[in-house]
Amino acid sequence: MLVYLDNSATTKVREEVLKEIIEANENYYGNPSSLHRMGLMAEKKIEEARKSSAKLIGARAEEIYFTGGGTESNNIAIFGHLSSLKEDDKIITTKIEHPSVYNVFKQFEGKCTVKYLDTDEKGKINIDDLRDMVDDRTLLVSIMHVNNEIGAVQDLNEIAALIKTKNKNTRFHVDGVQSYGKIKIDVRKTPIDTLSFSSHKIHGPKGVGGLYIRSPLKIGPLVFGGGQERGIRSGTENTSGIIGFGKACDLLYGSFDREVKKLRDLRDIYIKRIEEEIEDIRFNNTKEDGAPHIINVSFKNVPGEVLVHYLEGKDIYVSTGSACSSKARDNRILEAISLEKEYRQGAIRISLGHFNTFDEVEYVIDNIKKAVKDIRKITKRG
Amino acid sequence: MYNIAAVSFGELFLKGKNRGSFEQRLIDRIKYALKDYKDVSVYKDSGKVYVETQYEEDMDEILERLRKIFGISNISPSVKTSKDVDVVIEKTLELFGCLLEKKDIKTFKIKTKRTDKSFPIKSMDFNALVGGRVLEKFRSVKVDVHAPDVEIYIDIKKSCYISSERIKSLGGLPVGSNGRALLLLSGGIDSPVAGYMIAKRGVEIDALYFHTYPFTSERANEKVIKLKEKLEEYCGRIKLYSINMLEIHKAIREFCREEETTILARRFMMRIAEKIALENQMDMLITGESLGQVASQTMKSMAVIEDAIKMPVLKPLVGLDKSEIIEIAREIGTYETSILPYDDCCSVFAPDHPLINPKLENIKKSESNLNVGDLVEKVMSTLEIM
Repeated sequence: MLVYLDNSATTKVREEVLKEIIEANENYYGNPSSLHRMGLMAEKKIEEARKSSAKLIGARAEEIYFTGGGTESNNIAIFGHLSSLKEDDKIITTKIEHPSVYNVFKQFEGKCTVKYLDTDEKGKINIDDLRDMVDDRTLLVSIMHVNNEIGAVQDLNEIAALIKTKNKNTRFHVDGVQSYGKIKIDVRKTPIDTLSFSSHKIHGPKGVGGLYIRSPLKIGPLVFGGGQERGIRSGTENTSGIIGFGKACDLLYGSFDREVKKLRDLRDIYIKRIEEEIEDIRFNNTKEDGAPHIINVSFKNVPGEVLVHYLEGKDIYVSTGSACSSKARDNRILEAISLEKEYRQGAIRISLGHFNTFDEVEYVIDNIKKAVKDIRKITKRG
Repeated sequence: MYNIAAVSFGELFLKGKNRGSFEQRLIDRIKYALKDYKDVSVYKDSGKVYVETQYEEDMDEILERLRKIFGISNISPSVKTSKDVDVVIEKTLELFGCLLEKKDIKTFKIKTKRTDKSFPIKSMDFNALVGGRVLEKFRSVKVDVHAPDVEIYIDIKKSCYISSERIKSLGGLPVGSNGRALLLLSGGIDSPVAGYMIAKRGVEIDALYFHTYPFTSERANEKVIKLKEKLEEYCGRIKLYSINMLEIHKAIREFCREEETTILARRFMMRIAEKIALENQMDMLITGESLGQVASQTMKSMAVIEDAIKMPVLKPLVGLDKSEIIEIAREIGTYETSILPYDDCCSVFAPDHPLINPKLENIKKSESNLNVGDLVEKVMSTLEIM
């Protein structure tokens, strides 16, 4: 039995999506910028996808800009907001951001005041810290909605309201890559200025992402060229990818509550069984208000890497931390939530998606139990 | 401008009656190294091997690959022409013009060697004739027969070959001319260098790699495969064997003392290597050990480790400093791959305080707690060949 439990890293494309992608390559290969009818047909298809992706966050289609992925969206947004940055400006983010935000903020150190918010041991920021930080000179606050490694969820409504009360000119960017399609966001109710999302986290193809920019706000591009996507992202559109992404959004829109409930139920079963059946463990995510699809758990004396390899031998795929940063020697996120070293080394992430079933649970739990027991035999000297 | 490379052998002339088979091996090696090039022909013409290409633009890369083949002492990129006197002169002038564009040449010398005596002009006379034409065409240069800036060498055989430089090559003997051995390849810096040095003396090598999956990752395997491919540029095809040591490590952990782990594991590795070598007609083992580098490479440790087997173990790096080994690793292009950080987890099995002065009788006593034969058989069942 193959069990793929690394859906926060990326997901398998859904069959209906794949069909659309193939069809798009067969029929809508015209360049959307071309004057002729084939160009127009491709353009229309892209506009349909734009509506589909906008609907999931309550945005208007014209507020959505397609990009090459989540990393690109975050870069466009942050650099865009900071194009007129001055030395005495302040920008704020958290210590647990994805590298595509964190490393962009690092670029601005020395050019202005850069602040990183701490989190508690469950990965939540303290709203009072933020209240103290935002001031007249604060140009931008960037906070991820759901953390990719531990699934911590930030309260966007509370944060956005606070920022705008303290300084109505401060821009608020949200990295929504992990929450898009998993947790309801409504930009009509929450004053978010920009929000990034990605196709391949919701069973769409890789290489496609989106950026919501609140109308009538305008930001500048990172890449210059033919002016596609209203100048925000030049370069011939990835038509078939965008169409596939649109289909993935449609599928999700029609079944949102059902999908999320299934993920949450699955997550709760995994948590309960691990808790009851394995000793010396620690959950690094919040059970009650965490993301519905992420479990992060440490097994004492079991290196995460070894467990990952052990389980891959059984065709079960989980990850250590996030796939992007699993090569880094020590884990910045787990360090930020102050996890003790003997547990930090042993963290694995189980992340769920559309294709996961309740039938898999027995097989997975059974093999995790065996693996942990076997590995501890070796790592714990008797 | 060059369309052919003239390849001179190294020590082959020492080998008397074996010369023919050595030459053939070298030609085979050259053909193997250039197998992905279109329209390359390799042939002999009185004492040298020639590598001819229809595409002059490929010549730089061909030279680069030839430079990595053991058994070649030097290589002269050359222009091949017919033996028509006018054509030879015309091509020589053309070559001279090209050289003049690239570097500052004030003096030159023409040297003709007439192996084909049917060529109508004698060597000395031809030198004078061609030299005269060069002086006529290029007014800035003069003849200097003692220490010229450039020497144009015209070699008249079945065809005529014109060259101006000799590229020094690695020397050594053609791989396969001197038996076969098994290299213990670890993924670190040392072992690829050890394999390179022994292969240089004409030994055909296969490689053996030990891992402890799932305590090491599949990406660590990929690293070893990359190193093997780098070595293949010098050694020709290398068969890579891999063995999973996990069962042995588990047994050692359960029945032996922690500080003996490394020594015991190394003795098992030697036994397995010897077994694989014998089964595959190889006569010796090769390791990258360098005296005193780590705990398992002290005088005492090495003696205790080697006691486990009868087969001789070649250790070409034994007297080199780490910096000297790194230098060679950089030269042969394995260093960058060797330092990739993939085998993070094997530290699980490394004792905190390894023995540096192991006593053979103690180690043997510890081993008596293990069923050595059974364990070797058990891990041999994990053998994979790439």
